[in-house]
Amino acid sequence: MMEQFVTRLRGDGAARSINRTQSPIRAHGVPWATIMLGSLAPWLPVIAPAPILPPFGFLMLLAWRLGRPNLLPLWAGLPLGLFDDLYSGQPLGSAILLFSLALIAIDLIEIRFPWRSFWLDWATAILLLAIYLAAGALFARTPLGQLQWQLVGSQLLLSIVLFPIFARIVAMLDRVRLKRVRRID
Amino acid sequence: MALPSGRRPGSNKKAQLGLFAGYLFAGLGALLGAALLVISLLRPETFAGLRSMAADIASPAGEAGASGRVASQNVFEAIAGYYRAGSRNAELQQEMRIARIKAAEAEALKRENMRLKAVLNLADGETRPVATARLIGSTAASTRRFAWISVGRLDGVRPGMPVSSPLGLIGRVLETGQRSSRVLLLTDPESMVPVRRATDDVVAFAEGRADGMLRLRLINLGINPIKKGDVFVTSGSGGLFRPGTAVALAIEITRDGAIAQLLSNPAATDVVLVEPIWQPQAVAAAAAPSIAQAESQDADEAASAIAATVSPAPSGSSTPEPPSAAEPDAQ
Repeated sequence: MMEQFVTRLRGDGAARSINRTQSPIRAHGVPWATIMLGSLAPWLPVIAPAPILPPFGFLMLLAWRLGRPNLLPLWAGLPLGLFDDLYSGQPLGSAILLFSLALIAIDLIEIRFPWRSFWLDWATAILLLAIYLAAGALFARTPLGQLQWQLVGSQLLLSIVLFPIFARIVAMLDRVRLKRVRRID
Repeated sequence: MALPSGRRPGSNKKAQLGLFAGYLFAGLGALLGAALLVISLLRPETFAGLRSMAADIASPAGEAGASGRVASQNVFEAIAGYYRAGSRNAELQQEMRIARIKAAEAEALKRENMRLKAVLNLADGETRPVATARLIGSTAASTRRFAWISVGRLDGVRPGMPVSSPLGLIGRVLETGQRSSRVLLLTDPESMVPVRRATDDVVAFAEGRADGMLRLRLINLGINPIKKGDVFVTSGSGGLFRPGTAVALAIEITRDGAIAQLLSNPAATDVVLVEPIWQPQAVAAAAAPSIAQAESQDADEAASAIAATVSPAPSGSSTPEPPSAAEPDAQ
């Protein structure tokens, strides 16, 4: 029984991480890569007749920025937004503008409320998602009737519910990001 | 949790400067985004090349996903079939649905033929599709409804070509890349297709509603003759879409037309056909320079001819300015 316990310890991540260090590419690349992966959601094997999916790229950006404040530079909205615009179907520039403004807004909120909690993060995300979706519908030049607001509203509800899940996913990815994989020689 | 210390520069001049530079770059990024947004709202075709290049790069992944989607759909359909009365039932229902639409289309074609023969004696040959493709992606989060298909310029696809499935029309090609193209779906708010009732000549416009439905607006207002369950097919006016392709089924009557369900739901289609533009001459004529533009061009030429013949005018205010032409909207 003791031997089983020992082998389990040896197989454990902590035991294997001796003599290893973090990979800088992974530590810096994972947030960018996962946000861009979120922006690639239009290529999911779902052909949607209506806007039903939440903006995965923006959700990922919010989750990383709120969960790990110092990781993304303030100008990250420009490249990430450009990438999002290429695939989202929105007019080019809409995500660049909205991502950049969201990052600045989060920064200002952080200065105003230095003591943060998950509830504040969620509230911030709800506010920014509402503005993002409404502005996105406005920029798409869709005739804004009651119907469109219903569509955007249901999208917003789904995004709000999904944010905590994305926050957990990002927390998980953060552990992957900081895993000790590089061997020290 | 308190704020991490990097955001509080204190009296450290270098940190303060770094923070300021961060805000500066972020602000510049936002401004650049706003400028790009204005450009792409005024001229939507400006960044078409960039977008199609990006779509070309991502399309292999989409293609793999599309085959997975079709396979999983088949699995679910088979399970559903067993659940009801065996998978055969599902198959037969699918066939029946196609047959019903085909019958409506055939009826429409017969009438079309009759009319054409009566009026022009025009021989309307069978059109052959330009390419067959898979739907490999769609804008699932935006209120604009676009989809991507897995064929592009190399396969002979050009902007404006209609895209349809065996069940009916899906949309038209908007931008083409090398190996992928962007399709404006019928449900996009900016899509508008001239349609008529399959059984007679009630003509209407089918506009997208962004929620998967179409809005039919009658051209001849008066007593609304549409009934629930009427099938609408393309009428062929405008020259883009071949007449007689099934489009929609009226499900709810409104004051000026009806709310209609799309007959070929893009989500349920396996393979789509890209067809040639039905009447290229008509489409070209519609896109030709307007009278105002032609007139301004004439005025330009006349002014330059006068300037050349009369005298070597001093360069400056005396040369007649060409009248600024009203730009025709490129939509």
